[in-house]
Amino acid sequence: MTENKLKQILFDGAWRQNTGLVVLLGLCPLLAVTNTVINGLALGLATMLTLMVSNLSVSLMRGLLKPEIRIPAFVLIIASTVTVIELLMHAFFYDLFRILGIFIPLIVTNCAIIGRAEAFASRNAPLPSLLDGFATGLGFCITLVLLGSLRELTGRGTLFSGADMLFGHWGQQLTLTIIPEHPGFLLAMLPPGAFFGLALLIACRNAWESRKTETPKHTVKNLIPGTHET
Amino acid sequence: MNKASHPVIRSGLLLGIIALLGTALLASVNALTHERILEQEKRRMLQQLNEIVPVTLFNNDLLEDRIEIRDEAHFRHPAAVTVYRARMDGQPAAVLMLVTAPDGYNGDIRLLTGIDSNGTVIGVRIVSHRETPGLGDPIEIEKSDWILGFGEKSLQNPGKGGWAVKKDGGQFDQFTGATISPRAVVRSVHNTLLYFQTNSQMLFATASQTVSRDD
Repeated sequence: MTENKLKQILFDGAWRQNTGLVVLLGLCPLLAVTNTVINGLALGLATMLTLMVSNLSVSLMRGLLKPEIRIPAFVLIIASTVTVIELLMHAFFYDLFRILGIFIPLIVTNCAIIGRAEAFASRNAPLPSLLDGFATGLGFCITLVLLGSLRELTGRGTLFSGADMLFGHWGQQLTLTIIPEHPGFLLAMLPPGAFFGLALLIACRNAWESRKTETPKHTVKNLIPGTHET
Repeated sequence: MNKASHPVIRSGLLLGIIALLGTALLASVNALTHERILEQEKRRMLQQLNEIVPVTLFNNDLLEDRIEIRDEAHFRHPAAVTVYRARMDGQPAAVLMLVTAPDGYNGDIRLLTGIDSNGTVIGVRIVSHRETPGLGDPIEIEKSDWILGFGEKSLQNPGKGGWAVKKDGGQFDQFTGATISPRAVVRSVHNTLLYFQTNSQMLFATASQTVSRDD
């Protein structure tokens, strides 16, 4: 495997096929938890870990899985992975677990994970699959953090509030009050704010892409090889 | 054709094996983490209890010295109320009551109210809630100091009518855009005080029950 191919996987996962901004999968957790940067970051990291583990396991088993049973097999693998992560977080990162609550078990329902298992890990060797999981997770995590910053900044005028819950005591110094005496902009904190913020991010990304390529194209269609729109 | 090699049976077996492996993995991780999770929850609970009742006030084993009461008519909720009793050398010092308020904006709010033996609030903390982030969640100590406003309040201070949010003519602040969450908390604390007033004898005298921690 060449270095070029690895770079390609990394670029595709994190940017060209960014789960949150291009493929638009996993929107439920993306919209739900991004009211602060820290919540977004924590869920992003948990999702990234899930993607890496599930991609690796699916890739290792790809020789055994017949096409007709692959989807239930993926579901079993992903559900087990997420539950293991949930139990481990509950035991070792108790405070973090308490913040993210229901969204940790809900990682199972993030279509991006089964999407990567189906589109990539089931036909590639373990190492590229692991890298693909990492890249996709990274792209998702960056999107969550960007959307979280946007909403936290406009909604409360701070950044990184609650960082101590994720990083322990020294995290308290991380919280930045960008706009002092911010009256609180509720729209940004409530679910509609998440839709507006996401739309803005997608628009920015598309503007960037169409400026780069001379002929602007619809970037959304058929980016995942071998899948069709449903 | 050999029966065992029929594709349906083979696929079924394979899925069965994957499910078995998954279950085995989960069972072992669960066995490995179970103790630690219980410990963490106990630690967290004790931490919360100690936040309200300073350790200098009691010298019994708070987590073990507890009873459960059910009074749906009074607490307006079918869930059991856990009462932890703090005692100093066997003398009643305070109770900590874990009550479920039914009327949050988004369902139940569980809160822990500490009341000393004279019927004065030592402190209140929210244990769990699903109030709207940014609107109702300043009831949490992590988000604002609002909850500290209950300190040293009692049924006489403020008196009748004062136990309500300002919007309802009472003494307690509501939040911008959120009245329901603080109203639910104020009502519940008041209700807990009323219960303590009529039942304080019973609350301290009842022998502690060993309640299963898994429920």
